[in-house]
Amino acid sequence: MSSATTPPDSDPSQRRRVHSMLKHYYGLNEEGKVTEQAESLDPCDINGPHFDPEVYLNKLRMECSLGELMDHESCMVKQIRSLDSDMQTLVYENYNKFISATDTIRKMKNDFKKMEDEMDCLSANMAAITEFSAHISGTLQDQHAQITKLSGVHTLLRKLQFLFELPARLNKCLELQAYAQAVSAHRRARCVLQQYSHMPSFRGIQDDCHVIMEQLAQQLRQKFRDGGSSAKDLSECVELLLQLDEPAEELCDKFLSHAHSSTTNPFLSPTAGTDILEFIDRGCNEFVSSLCLVIASYQELFINRPQEGELASKNIPEMANGKLHVFVDTLAARYFSLVERRIQEEKGVSDNSLLVRALDRFHRRLQAISKLLPGSAVPSQGTEIVVRAARERIKQYLSALQTFYHDSLTDVRQALAAPRHKDATPSLPELLTSLSNFILNQLKSVLASVHLFTAKDITFSNKPYFKGEFCSQGVREGLVVSFIKFICQSSRQYCESAGDRGGSTPPALLLLLSRLCLDYETSTISYILTLTDEQFLVQHHTPVTPVTALCAEAREAAQKLLNHYVKVQGLIISQMLRKSVETRDWVNTIEPRNVRAVMKRVVEDTTSIDVQVGLLYEEGVRKAHSSDSSKRTFSVYSSSRQQIRYAPSYTPSAPMDTNLLSNIHKLFSERIDIFSPVEFNKVSVLTGIIKISLKTFLECVRLRTFGRYGLQQIQVDCHYLQMYLWRFVSDENLVHFLLDEIVGSAAHRCLDPSPMEQSVIEVICERG
Amino acid sequence: FVNKLQYLARIDRARALTAQTAETDAIRFLVGTQSLKFDNQIHIIDFDDENNVINKSVLLHDAGEIWHISGSPADKAVLTTCYSKTSESRVLTCAAVWRMPPEWESGSHESPDDSSNNPQTLELLCHLDNTAHGSVACVLWEPMGDGKRVISLAENHMLLWDLQESSTKATISSSATLEGKGQLKFTAGKWSPHHNNTQLATANDTAIRGWDLRSMSQIYCIENAHGQLVRDLDFNPNKQYYLASCGDDCKVKFWDVRHINEPVKCLEEHSHWVWSVRYNHSHDQLLLTGSSDSRVILSNMVSISSEPFGHLVDDDELSDNEESQQEDKGKEPLQDSIIATYEEHEDSVYAVEWSAADPWLFASLSYDGRLVINRVPRALKYRILL
Repeated sequence: MSSATTPPDSDPSQRRRVHSMLKHYYGLNEEGKVTEQAESLDPCDINGPHFDPEVYLNKLRMECSLGELMDHESCMVKQIRSLDSDMQTLVYENYNKFISATDTIRKMKNDFKKMEDEMDCLSANMAAITEFSAHISGTLQDQHAQITKLSGVHTLLRKLQFLFELPARLNKCLELQAYAQAVSAHRRARCVLQQYSHMPSFRGIQDDCHVIMEQLAQQLRQKFRDGGSSAKDLSECVELLLQLDEPAEELCDKFLSHAHSSTTNPFLSPTAGTDILEFIDRGCNEFVSSLCLVIASYQELFINRPQEGELASKNIPEMANGKLHVFVDTLAARYFSLVERRIQEEKGVSDNSLLVRALDRFHRRLQAISKLLPGSAVPSQGTEIVVRAARERIKQYLSALQTFYHDSLTDVRQALAAPRHKDATPSLPELLTSLSNFILNQLKSVLASVHLFTAKDITFSNKPYFKGEFCSQGVREGLVVSFIKFICQSSRQYCESAGDRGGSTPPALLLLLSRLCLDYETSTISYILTLTDEQFLVQHHTPVTPVTALCAEAREAAQKLLNHYVKVQGLIISQMLRKSVETRDWVNTIEPRNVRAVMKRVVEDTTSIDVQVGLLYEEGVRKAHSSDSSKRTFSVYSSSRQQIRYAPSYTPSAPMDTNLLSNIHKLFSERIDIFSPVEFNKVSVLTGIIKISLKTFLECVRLRTFGRYGLQQIQVDCHYLQMYLWRFVSDENLVHFLLDEIVGSAAHRCLDPSPMEQSVIEVICERG
Repeated sequence: FVNKLQYLARIDRARALTAQTAETDAIRFLVGTQSLKFDNQIHIIDFDDENNVINKSVLLHDAGEIWHISGSPADKAVLTTCYSKTSESRVLTCAAVWRMPPEWESGSHESPDDSSNNPQTLELLCHLDNTAHGSVACVLWEPMGDGKRVISLAENHMLLWDLQESSTKATISSSATLEGKGQLKFTAGKWSPHHNNTQLATANDTAIRGWDLRSMSQIYCIENAHGQLVRDLDFNPNKQYYLASCGDDCKVKFWDVRHINEPVKCLEEHSHWVWSVRYNHSHDQLLLTGSSDSRVILSNMVSISSEPFGHLVDDDELSDNEESQQEDKGKEPLQDSIIATYEEHEDSVYAVEWSAADPWLFASLSYDGRLVINRVPRALKYRILL
C-alpha cells in the first residue's frame, strides 16, 4: 500500500496521474469539458466507458494460459488496491476542504451583519451635511457676486497700468539691452493698443511704443549687422526681429551674407606648404563645421520654427530653404575648387594613405551637410571630386610605374655595361630575378596603396564607383593591364628603335627582356591579375582585357625580342666574318699554318653567347647525334663528299654533274630560312645565330676569288668551325651543309683548286 | 598554259642577267656566266611565247668571268660586261663594250652540246679603261638614250663615258669621286630615266646618294638607308622621285628622294639579303625582288604606284573563272600585297629582270645557274589592264 502511506501531495506526478484518471472516469478532459466518447468503444478496454466485465473475462479466459491468468489476476488485484487507496485519499482531502469552507461562510455572515449597521449610520450623517452646505451657500450668494466683480475690475486696472507703464518699461529694457523682454512686453500690448487706438490716451501710448520699438529694431539690426556677436546672439536677434514683423527674406539675406563673410574669411586663403591632410583638416574644421553651424542655426531660425499668426502664411521655410541652397552651393563651389586645386598639387606618389585619409575626411565631413541639408548637391559633388582624385591617382601611379620600369631598366643596363670581370657584377639570372622582383614588388605596393581607396573604414569606398568601375576599369584596366601592355610595348620598341646595326641596346638586355616577357606570359600576368581581382573583388560589369590576350601580347613581345637578339648577335658575328673575308687578299695569301684568329673569336663569341643564353633559357632539344660526331661527319664531308664535289672541276667535260649533285643534295635537304623566328630555348637561339653567321660567310666567300692557299685557309677555318659549332645547334647537319657550301663555293671561286690534305687540316686545327 | 619555264644554264655559276633592252619583239634575256676555270659565256635566252619553248644560243666571252652585264638601249647587238681579269695574281674587274656577231642567231642555235661546238665569240668594241680607278662594280647605259653614253662605277669613282665611232672608242667626258672616311666603294647604281637623264643614284655601304650628272655633284644622300649594305636600286619608271632599294637587312624600302628622312614604305618579306629589286617598266605597282633566301617575290605596291590608288575594279571585266569569288566581294580596290613567292630556285637568287618586250614576263637567275621565267598571274594582269 505504498500510495496510501505516502502523503497525498508529496508526489505531484503521481497525484496528477490519479487526477487525470479520475477526470477521465468522469468524462472530463483537460479543459474541463465533457469529451466526446470517441476514444474507445471496445468492451475489453478496462479503462473505457463501455467496459463489459463479462466479455473481458471471457476473452481473458479464452486467450490466456493459466499462468498468464494468475499473473493477470495478481496484477489486477494490485491495481484495484491502488485505486482503492487513491479514492480514500481523495475523499479525505475533499472532506477537509468542505469543513473549512463551511467555517469561512459562517464567519462572513457575522461580519456582514456588523457592516450593515455602520453603513446606515454613515448615510444619516451625509444627509445632515448636505443640508448644512445648502444653507451656507444660500447665505453667501450675494457677497460672492460682488467679489467677482471687484476682482474683474482689479485685473483691468492692472492691465491698464501695464499699458501706461509700457513705454517706460520698454525704455528701461532698451537701456538694459533686454531686448527679448521688451519685445515680449510689446507683443502682449500690441493687440490691445491696436484695438483701442481710437482713444487718444491709448493712441499716445501706442505711438510712444512705436517709437521705442523702432529704436529697438534699429538697435537689433545694428547688432545683427555688426557681426561681432556670437551665433547664439545672432539667432536671438533674428528671432526678435522676426517677431517685430521684419521681412523674413531680408533677414535671410542679411544672415547669410553675414555668415558668408564669417565662414569664408579665415579659410579660403590658400596656404602653401601644408600637407594635404592638414589642409583638408583645416578645411573641415574651419569651413565645413562653420558651414554646418550656419546651416543648423539658419534652419533653426527660418525653417524649423513653429509657424504662428501671419508668419505662417508667408511660406517662409520654402523661400528660406531656396536661399540656403543657393548659399551653400556657392560656398561649396569655392571650397571645392580650392580643394581640387590642392589635390592636383598632390603629385608625389610616395604616401597614398595621407591622400586617402584626407579624401576620406573630406568626404565624411560633407556627409554632415547631407544630413543637415537633404537634397543638397554638395555631397555628391564632393564624391565626384573624390572620384576624380582617385582616377588622377591611378594615372599618376601608372606613370610612376612606367618611370620606375624605365629606371630599373637603366639600372640593369648599367649593371650590364659594368666590366664583366668584377666579381661584384650580378649575373643575368640574378639581374632578371631582381628586376622582375622589383617590378612585382613595386606593382604590389602600388596595388596596396590604391587598395586604400576601397578600405572598409573609408566612407566613400561603398560608393558605386569605388565598388565597380574603380576596381575594374580603374585599377585592373587602367593600372595593371596598362602597365603590362606598357612593358610589352616598350620591349617591342627596343627591337624597332635600336636599328639594325646593333643599336644602343646591349644584346644581353634584349635577352633579359625576352625572358622577362616570357615569364610574364607563363605565370606573372595571371598571378598579377588574380592578385588584383582578389584584392579588389573585381566584378566585371564592363568587358575587360582577358588574361589570354595579355599573355599573347607578352609572348609576341618575347618572341620579337628573342628574334631581335638572334639578329643582333648574328650580325655582330657576321660583321666579323664579313670583314675578315672582304679585307683579305685571298689570291696572294700564304700557306695556312693556323686557324685565323677571327674564327677563334667567332667560336669564343658563340661560346659566350651560349653561356649567356643558357643562363636564362632552357637547353632545348637537338636532333640525336653521337658524341664524336664532329670528327666522324667531318671526315666524311672533307674526304668523300668533297671529292665528289671537286672532281668535276678538274674535268671540264662534265660540268653538269656538279650542278646536278648539288641540286640533288638540295632537293633532299630542307630549305633553310636564315632569319626565321626562333623557339624559346638555347639551342634554337644558337642555331639561329650560327645560321646567320655562316650564311654571311658563304655569301662573302662567293664574292671573292681565291688562290690555292686561300682555299686551303678556308678549308682550315671551316674545319675549325665544324669542330666547335656543331655542339651548339639543334641539327648539326645544318652546320655541315652550310660549311660544305662555303668550302664548295670557295673551291669554285679558286684559281688553283688544290685542296689541303684532311690530315694536315686536322693537325692545324688541333694545334690552334 | 604554262606559267613558268625553267632553264638550267649549262654552267656552274652565274650572277649576271639582263634583258636585251633594245629588243622589243622577242623576249630575250642575256646571262653571263662565272667560271674561273672555263671560258665564260653569254647565254642568250629566247622565250618563244607562242610555243612556250626556250631557245638558247651561246656566245663566248673569253675575257673573264662576268659579274655584271647590261644591254645597250639603242642597239640590240651591243652590250657591256664587267668581268674579272686575273693578272700577276691580282684580280681586277674591268668593263668593256661588246658587239654580238651578226651570225649568232643562225649559229649555235639549238645545238645540244655547244661545249664541243665552237661557239662564236663576242666582238670587242672597246674597253672602258679603268686601270687607274680600280675594279668596276657596274656599267649603266643611258636609259632610252642613243647608246652613246655609259657610266661606270669603279671603287669610289663614277665615270661618264662617251662612246664614239660606233662605240669603238670610249672617252671619259666627266667623272666624280666619292670622298670620305675609310675605303668607300660603290656597290650599285642606277641611272634615272627622269629629269632628262641627268640624275644618277648610287649605293655605297648603307647609304644611297643622288648625283647630278651635269655638275657631277651630289644632290642628296640617304645615310643609313638600310641597316646593312645596300645591294641594289631601281627608279620608279613613272614617278620621278620614287626609288626602291634593297639590302642585307632583308628589307626593300621605297623612298621619295624629296623626303629622305623616312622611307615611304618598307617591305620585310625575305628571310635573307635582298640582292635585286626591279620595277616593272610599264606598271610600276609590280615589283620584283630576288634574295639569297632563294626566293623571288612579286609584290603589288598599289598605294605608292602611279596608278590611281583605291580605284574601283570593274567586276564585269573580271571574266576569269577563278575570280568569281572576288566578284562577290564587289568592287574592292587592290591592296598592297605579295602576289606570289616563287620558290623554284635552290640557291641564292642574285638577279631578277623584267622582259623588255613583254611587260608581264620576268626572269630570275640563281647562283647555281638556274634561270626561271615566270609570268605575272593572269588574274592580276587583267585586273591591272581592265
